[in-house]
Formats: sequence, structure tokens, C-alpha cells
Amino acid sequence: MGKTLFDKVWDSHVVDQLEDGPDILYIDKHLIHEVTSPQAFAVLKDKNIPVLRPKQIVATADHNVPTLNQHLPIKDELSRNQVARLRKNCDEHNIELYGLGHHYQGIVHVIGPELGITQPGMTMVCGDSHTSTHGAFGSIAFGIGTSQVAQVFASQCLLLSKPKSMRITVNGKLKKGVHPKDVILYIIAQLGTDSGTGYFVEYAGEVFENMSMEGRMTVCNMSIEMGARGGMIAPDQTTFDYIKGREFAPSEEELEDKIKHWQSLPSDTDAVYDKEYSFDADDIGPMITYGTNPGMGIGVQEQIPSSQNESFQKSLAYMGFDQGDTLKGLPINYVFIGSCTNSRIEDFRVASDFIKGKKKAKNVNALIVPGSQQVAKQIQDEGLGTIFEEAGFEIRQPGCSACLAMNDDKIPAGEYCVSTSNRNFEGRQGPGARTILASPLTAVAAAIEGKIIDITQS
Amino acid sequence: MEKFTRLQHTAIPLEIENVDTDQIIPARFLKATDRKGFGDNLFRDWRYDNNNNPISDFILNDPTYTGLILIAGNNFGCGSSREHAAWALTDYGFKVVISSFFADIFKGNALNNGLLPVQVKEEQLQTIFRAMKENPKCEFIIDLEQQFVEIPSIGFHIDFEINSYKKTCLINGYDDIDYLINNKNKIKEFERKRNA
Repeated sequence: MGKTLFDKVWDSHVVDQLEDGPDILYIDKHLIHEVTSPQAFAVLKDKNIPVLRPKQIVATADHNVPTLNQHLPIKDELSRNQVARLRKNCDEHNIELYGLGHHYQGIVHVIGPELGITQPGMTMVCGDSHTSTHGAFGSIAFGIGTSQVAQVFASQCLLLSKPKSMRITVNGKLKKGVHPKDVILYIIAQLGTDSGTGYFVEYAGEVFENMSMEGRMTVCNMSIEMGARGGMIAPDQTTFDYIKGREFAPSEEELEDKIKHWQSLPSDTDAVYDKEYSFDADDIGPMITYGTNPGMGIGVQEQIPSSQNESFQKSLAYMGFDQGDTLKGLPINYVFIGSCTNSRIEDFRVASDFIKGKKKAKNVNALIVPGSQQVAKQIQDEGLGTIFEEAGFEIRQPGCSACLAMNDDKIPAGEYCVSTSNRNFEGRQGPGARTILASPLTAVAAAIEGKIIDITQS
Repeated sequence: MEKFTRLQHTAIPLEIENVDTDQIIPARFLKATDRKGFGDNLFRDWRYDNNNNPISDFILNDPTYTGLILIAGNNFGCGSSREHAAWALTDYGFKVVISSFFADIFKGNALNNGLLPVQVKEEQLQTIFRAMKENPKCEFIIDLEQQFVEIPSIGFHIDFEINSYKKTCLINGYDDIDYLINNKNKIKEFERKRNA
């Protein structure tokens, strides 16, 4: 029986197997940030053990950082302390830190790929569930808890049982105005928020084959929103072209051999999956969410479904919606374009293309938060910054920002925010805030119109 | 890690599905650099209003129910990988969470902190919720060694599954990190072969 992409990468990283127990899985790259690492460094201190492989770790400050005046000391004492602690820990353990003020700083899942750190066939972890993003390159990448961060520090390994495999195939051609974000929101809406638990997903078919790396990252990013630890896409020429020439990519001499190896990674044709789903690109339109988990998504034109389930009712009550409502035309006051899901240059190109020569609606606060310092620079270099500013959008400095509202970027209670982020949980963007997840295109269109519109109808 | 073998205690029912880690501990409370004190902000925005007054109809504020066992709706702990969710539950005092389904990362985090996640069938979960409505003070017995949950007052007895390695860890209070450190030679040998 043939092997899947996932099998090939997993099997080549198994150090040892415990009888009736988990595997010892070797981890190639470990990304860390300020929020989920301090308690892991404390474990090392308690046990008086060193970091085994500091050169395989890359750190950045992203979750907690302000998106204004990053050159000044952070005002919030706890945030300042956490960011300072990261610097101290990295200094003590010889770990490379792209902290505030560094030209590589940014959201951990944006900088890994853009620096060429993320490569096919790797195992990667980070104390953040959206580590699944890196699977876009055909790597096994997943989020871990802080105890596991400490385990990787100490041993460069984790004890894990091999998850089951799932393949999601989407064939056909996406309609104009339908973006990778719509594809993943559609999949999660079809399968549900717990459908992937215990599985690692492979996305296959023409839609993903024809997708850019940025789009593939958006899709893999949200694998965790259906419960899957990670998602992967087979590496191909698009992947190799993206990696080539990046800061930490293999050198030109090494690249040829690497590519040969990477070309051996895609699933064998006779590989068997524990679960398979298949969708048609034609059925996918612009998507939005109406509830408080990412599985509660509908097409912009569609009505909110009905259910007697109490948790469903609670969710609609929080959002201020009723069963049967259509969200098209819903007035909104906040738009957030950013997060590890949609803050790469391609997202801002799509956004600026649409708004060029237009102005945002007067009532709307529209926030643009680039995923990294490099993306921020690119926005200016390509002249997108001027377009955003002329349209009345506010461009901030890189960080996780209003995706999880750990810093000052919060949506006020009761307000709707059309957001390109990944979670519409209660209070995620600030206590009482109501999040509507959408693609960058649907989000900017809402900013211009001051209400939700169907982009394919305009 | 604290050991877990057997617990006889009352429980608190949280009859909500898809409880995500942002509800268990909102992101704005993740700014600490140690593991202590997260229990104060467990379910913060369900427990307290904007003026920090307890919301009376939230179950943790209802004196009818007390206990060291949390009974939660399907897909408990979905969302972020923050281990702070497990820390908040243990800091508040919970030793066991019973649900019909747990999100993957949360389950791992719970097991790494001596918090036992017990997965039961949906109909069994509903039986438990009903039993608690009829008798809020009903006692549960959770036996990890024998892998069963009992509510003696109604003759309810079910067995549960748990990974045998994780069971051994919980019963003995072993951490994965110690196991991994003890295998360092194997790990270095793996690195050597790969780089050869």
C-alpha cells in the first residue's frame, strides 16, 4: 500500500516507537513567541537543563505587541514584561529573536514562510494552534501546548500518537471573487468544527494545485478550526518557486537536490486515507460566518439555518441574529484586515485592487495590519499604502492585533467586525465584540459600502 | 505532575457545546509569565459582567452546584493551543472534565497537567446532565486505574478509554519531558544518522 504525504514526513521523523504508546517524533523547526514560551523556559530552569538545539528555534514577538509606536516602550506593563522576558530568555539560551524593532519581526506564521524557514518535508511546531499554516509547504506543522514547548526545548522531540489521515479534494475552477478564505470557510461549514479532530488533513485537487502559496497558507491555517491538528498540501513547482532565494532557503547549489527530495513527497497514487471528502469549486461562493464558531458559515446570499440546539441559539443571541436572516446588507462599523490567516502581501494586493479610487464608508473603522515588517515594507514599495490611506483605511504596524485583541486593538462590545482572521468566538476581538469572518475581498467591500455585500454581484 | 488515581466528588454541569479556549480563559489574561492564578479568570466573560459583578445565572456562580468535576458539552476545549486553559481549570480546582468530545490540543494539555479528560458517549453525557438536574449534589466516582465513571446514587456505571501510556503517566505523576530527556542518546543517534 502506498504512503500519503503525511506518512512520508511523519515516518522519516520517528526516533523510536513505544510499545502500545506514542512515537518519539523529531522536530526540525521550533517557532516561539512571547505568550506561550515563558512558562516553558521556567521548566528548563526548574530542572536545570539546557535548550538542546537552539539553532533550530526562531523567536518573534507578535501576540501581545502594540501596532502603534512600536519604537516606544510598550505601555501595558504585563505585555512589556512578557516581551522583555522573551528577549531575556532568547539571550540566555542563544536563540535567534526577531523582536520589536527587527526588520524580520512579524506574526510567527507569516515570517516563517517569508524567510524561507518553512520548507517541504519538515516537522515544525509552535505554541500556537495556527502553526498548521506551514503545512501549505508539505510540512507537518502543528500547534502545541506550553508543556510540549518545554519538551521540544529539552529534547527537540515530542511524544505523539500518529493521527489518522483525511483527504479533502476540491476540483474545478473557483468563480471570480471567490478566494482561498472562502474555500476553507466553505469546507468547515460543510464538515463542522469538530470534524477534523484526531486527523491530519491533506488538501488535494485542482483548486489547491492552482492556488498561490499565500492562498494555500490561508487554507492550511484554518485546518485547526475544524479540529484537525494540521493540514498539508503537496509541494510542487509553485512551492519551489516561492522558497527559492529567500533568506534561509537552501542555497542554489543545494536547491536542486532538495527539490528532488521534495518531489518524492506527494502521496502515492495508491495511498489510502482514513477519511475522504470531495467538493466542487462551482458550489463555493463568497462566505461569511453568522455565529460564534468558524463552522457557522454561509454563503453571503444564504439564510442563517434553523436549529433547536441550545448552544446554537445562544450563539445567535450573542451575534444578535435570528434564524432565517440574510446577512447581505447588514450594516457594519468595523473591518479588520490582518492575522496569520490573511495578512500577506497577496491579501493586501487583492484589497487595494478593489478599493483603488474608492473611499470607505464614513461610519466604518477600517484597520490594515500587515503580517510582518517585510509585508509592511512591500505595501509601501508597491504603492498600496497610498491607496489604503486615500480610501481612509488606517495602516498599523505588524502583529496579531485585533485577531485576538491581546493588545489595544479591540472591537467595542456589541459592534460587528468583518474580519479576515480565523476565529469568531465570543469576545475574541474584545469583550462583547461580534466577529464576522470573511475573505479580504469581502472585508474591504464591506468597508467601502458600510455593509455586507456579495462581491460576485457587484 | 500531580498524580491522579481515583476521585469521589460532586460535579458542576456546563451544558454548552463547543466551549472554546477563549471562553475558558480569554486572551487578555494570558500575559502572565508563570502558571499560577489563572483560575480567577476561568470563564471570565461568562462569570462576571463588565463591572466585575458575578453573573448569577452562570453555573460557577450558582451555589446549587459545587465540585471538582466539570461536566461539559460536546467538543470541549476547541480553538487555541493555550495551555493556560488547562492551568485555569486546575487552578480553579477541577481534577476531571467529562465531555462527549474533546479538542485534540486541549486534551493533550489537560493530560500534561494532571487534569483527567474523560470522554463518554453523547447519550451517556445527557444521562449525566439529567442525573445532576435531579440531584445536584450527586456524587461521582472516577477511577482511572479501573477506567470507570460511577454515579452510585442512580446505579450509573460506564467504562472509559484512555491511552495506556498517558494512564501510566497520570497514575505515577510522570511528565513526558523526563521520558524524553532519558532518551537523549537515541535522539542524538537519530540526528547523527540523518546528517550522515
